[in-house]
Amino acid sequence: MPLLEVRNLSKRYGDFTALGDISLDIAEGEFVCFLGPSGCGKTTLLRAIAGLDPQSSGTIHQKGRDISALPPSKRDFGIVFQSYALFPNLTVVENVGYGLVSRRQRKAAIGLRVNELLTLVGLPDAGSKYPAQLSGGQQQRVALARALATSPGLLLLDEPLSALDARVRLRLRHEIKALQRTLGVTTIMVTHDQEEALTMADRIVVMNQGAIEQVGTPQEIYRRPATAFVADFVGSMNFLAGTLVAPDKVKVDGLTFGCTAQDGLAPGAKVALCIRPEDVRVRDLPSDIANRVAVEVAELDFVGAFCRATLKVQGTADVAMTADFSSNLIRDLGVELGRKLDVALPPDRLRVFAA
Amino acid sequence: MSLAASNRLPVLRVAMSRDDLMMRLGVVLLAVVLLVIVGLPLWSLLSKGFEDRDGKFVGLANYVSYFSTPALFDSALNSFHVAAVCTLIVVPLAFFYAYALTRTVLPVRWLFQGISLIPIFAPSLLPGLALVYLFGNQGFFKGALGGPIYGFDGIVIAQVFYCFPHATLILVTALATADARLYEAADALGASKLRVFFTVTLPGAKYGLISAALVVFTLVLTDFGIAKVIGGNFNVLATDVYKQVIGQQNFSMGAVVGMVLLAPAAIAFLVDRVVQRKQVALLTARAVPLIPKPKLGRDLFFTAFCTVVSLGILTILGMAAWGSLIKYWPYNLSLTLANYNFTNFDASGWDSYFNSVEMAIGAAVFGTALMFVGAWLNEKTREFFLMRGIVQFLAFLPMAVPGLVLGLGYIFFFNAPNNPLNFLYATLAILMINTVAHFYTVGHLTATTALKQIDPEFESVSASLKVPVWRTFARVTAPICLPAILDIAIYLFVNAMTTVSSVIFLYAPDTKLASVAAVNIEEAGTTAAAAALCIVIVITSAAVKALHVLADRFLLGRLQAWRRR
Ligand SMILES: Nc1ncnc2c1ncn2[C@@H]1O[C@H](COP(=O)(O)OP(=O)(O)OP(=O)(O)O)[C@@H](O)[C@H]1O
Ligand SMILES: [Mg+2]
Repeated sequence: MPLLEVRNLSKRYGDFTALGDISLDIAEGEFVCFLGPSGCGKTTLLRAIAGLDPQSSGTIHQKGRDISALPPSKRDFGIVFQSYALFPNLTVVENVGYGLVSRRQRKAAIGLRVNELLTLVGLPDAGSKYPAQLSGGQQQRVALARALATSPGLLLLDEPLSALDARVRLRLRHEIKALQRTLGVTTIMVTHDQEEALTMADRIVVMNQGAIEQVGTPQEIYRRPATAFVADFVGSMNFLAGTLVAPDKVKVDGLTFGCTAQDGLAPGAKVALCIRPEDVRVRDLPSDIANRVAVEVAELDFVGAFCRATLKVQGTADVAMTADFSSNLIRDLGVELGRKLDVALPPDRLRVFAA
Repeated sequence: MSLAASNRLPVLRVAMSRDDLMMRLGVVLLAVVLLVIVGLPLWSLLSKGFEDRDGKFVGLANYVSYFSTPALFDSALNSFHVAAVCTLIVVPLAFFYAYALTRTVLPVRWLFQGISLIPIFAPSLLPGLALVYLFGNQGFFKGALGGPIYGFDGIVIAQVFYCFPHATLILVTALATADARLYEAADALGASKLRVFFTVTLPGAKYGLISAALVVFTLVLTDFGIAKVIGGNFNVLATDVYKQVIGQQNFSMGAVVGMVLLAPAAIAFLVDRVVQRKQVALLTARAVPLIPKPKLGRDLFFTAFCTVVSLGILTILGMAAWGSLIKYWPYNLSLTLANYNFTNFDASGWDSYFNSVEMAIGAAVFGTALMFVGAWLNEKTREFFLMRGIVQFLAFLPMAVPGLVLGLGYIFFFNAPNNPLNFLYATLAILMINTVAHFYTVGHLTATTALKQIDPEFESVSASLKVPVWRTFARVTAPICLPAILDIAIYLFVNAMTTVSSVIFLYAPDTKLASVAAVNIEEAGTTAAAAALCIVIVITSAAVKALHVLADRFLLGRLQAWRRR
């Protein structure tokens, strides 16, 4: 039985549908990310699960219990907001122990638990400080410790890292993930940062305009995006406009490319042929390799670890795509502006979507 | 299609937690309290206008007779005339003063700022009395104005003094929120100083100017003390209400005049709300604060300007203070404290002063509690929109209602023999309640603003941690808002000390307040003792304010160590 079952959840604000008929299962111990562009309804869904802004219709079950109509205080979750919502006039210890005190636990027991939590989040000595005296990353950890203090069955994180600078964000990604693994607490994190979702999540829920586009592991989402939206939103992707001429052939401006068989699309359909820049093959092309095309290097952008090249496909009017070339490759093959070379688009890396 | 289908699904009804239930009960209770202290008294007033002296319904007869009595109608014209002239004088004066305080480098800026606030601590009577000393029939500069001070001229001068700080405060806020980047851009484009002033500064302060103008207009229109002291035969609406009610015991006609007074005040208030809403939208953009750089010519000019204005304020205050210390104006100018022996001038003696202090403390304590808890309930209760809307409306209503009008409503409502709250009539409690009601809006707004500035998710966090919401209120919300809470308390205290208009109908012999006693003493012709009482009030409220400033600086700093980084 999944820990959380969301069924046919909708949320309307007047005439505007913020969430339309969402159904989703989340298993015990899973780390799930809600990923999507701004305004797609991630926060709305998270707050409905928490009971903070109840859905207009639909049901939510947690551990088999119907919590659809329960107020937040009757549900079992801990939450960290983007603003952290730390109580500024209470010390770190008082913040973390806030939910413990009201449970009438013994003072000594509370003290022990708070210390344990602070050690867990890596702030064993910050107890007597006030939130304003902590850095953003430290505040984030305190908020996490406070949310975990009561050992909730579900941890909800709404863009917990977005207020931090890039370095701290990278470090905290790993810390939060490690913490979640240690505790085994089922976690839902909202983010609009695809990298964050890809590195942290066990499963990603990609959302767009109040609906779920795809649910899958990071590899599935990245390798086999289910829709053009997902393909475009997660990672970089080349979109080449073409026509499906056979179940496994796409014609792009006179050139024909082989791909895996497309069942859902009728021959003659307008399609987008997609390939990620890093999947464009250049080195050691066998002579009989499929989907070989001659290209000219039209632009070369240095991005650090690699260069992103814009390639003009020869023999077409204006078909172009980007490809990622490592520094080694650029040196070995002498890639430079205007250089003509052959590349291949491996059929198993090509995705086809109805245009 | 799919929308239609999903619309047919049953709409979810969310169960209420204990917190939700308690808060909703609180909101209902608050609505009832506000209804009793604001809504129903106003309703009584409204209906009284349609009754004759014996309480029989007479439709619009009172209104017809009001508008066909030339003398009464004239005072309406007088009121508008005075209010318009005062607005035209005060707003530019206050604008330049506020400009000096915010946009130029003044020596002793804090002193200029402090002096501009003095009139707030005085009953509106005080400038009237000072003018009598200065320009009255036996005044220093008698005839300097080319005519008697009693009447239009006197009212205007006194009102300018009285309204000045209110306009200045608004305009300082408006000018202080300027965006430095706009000025840098204008400078970079090589715009002349004058052009910058007209294209950047003035438009930036536009809403502040409108707001200040409306506030001054309403203050002048509805003030009673000044017109009473220095109005002479120049009748205005506020004195008419007083005469109809106290002089002629014609309550119905008093109610009608009250309604005539209420209408423009309410309209001004509504316009101001619309304007303020726009101002908020203006402020949300991230602005870079403007810090004025020294510039000799400009700074000298504005220092001179502020000095002149400050001297004007100090002269009026000083004149009242001096007059209160003089034996027998203008024949024997030797100093005495005899005028402070109030027993010789009013039956209540110093008791009225202690009544005032007691009333002011009570209003500050209970009023602040009601306003803050009320604002919190209304801000933090989930859903329950209709009831919260009603509370919001009732909380805003007092701002639109002149004190005199509210006081009149209190007579009609609380003095009605069939009202179970009748026992409150003629007690100090009713004065306290009336004061809290009269000044409810500003306190409510201050509290609401403070509450909106703290993280909206505190309650969500508490709910997720299963901590009852009242605990978070007591441990987090209220302590964080302590500065705002103190502001409200001081505001209530000072206004309770100085208010005349709303309580003038409500006192009994043993609950007379100092401000009212001053009116009575002045009426009896003893200017010096009236001035003395006003000075005692000024000293008390200013001292409390000074304590507040000190507490803010030193005590709060220690209590609120968590604010430091
Ligand atoms: N109280 C509300 N009233 C009306 N519309 C709302 C309300 N709250 C949210 N919305 C709308 O619902 C949609 C989803 O909002 P939501 O906050 O869930 O977006 P999000 O995916 O979390 O975006 P972001 O990444 O910007 O936080 C938005 O279009 C938003 O404008
Ligand atoms: Mg969001």
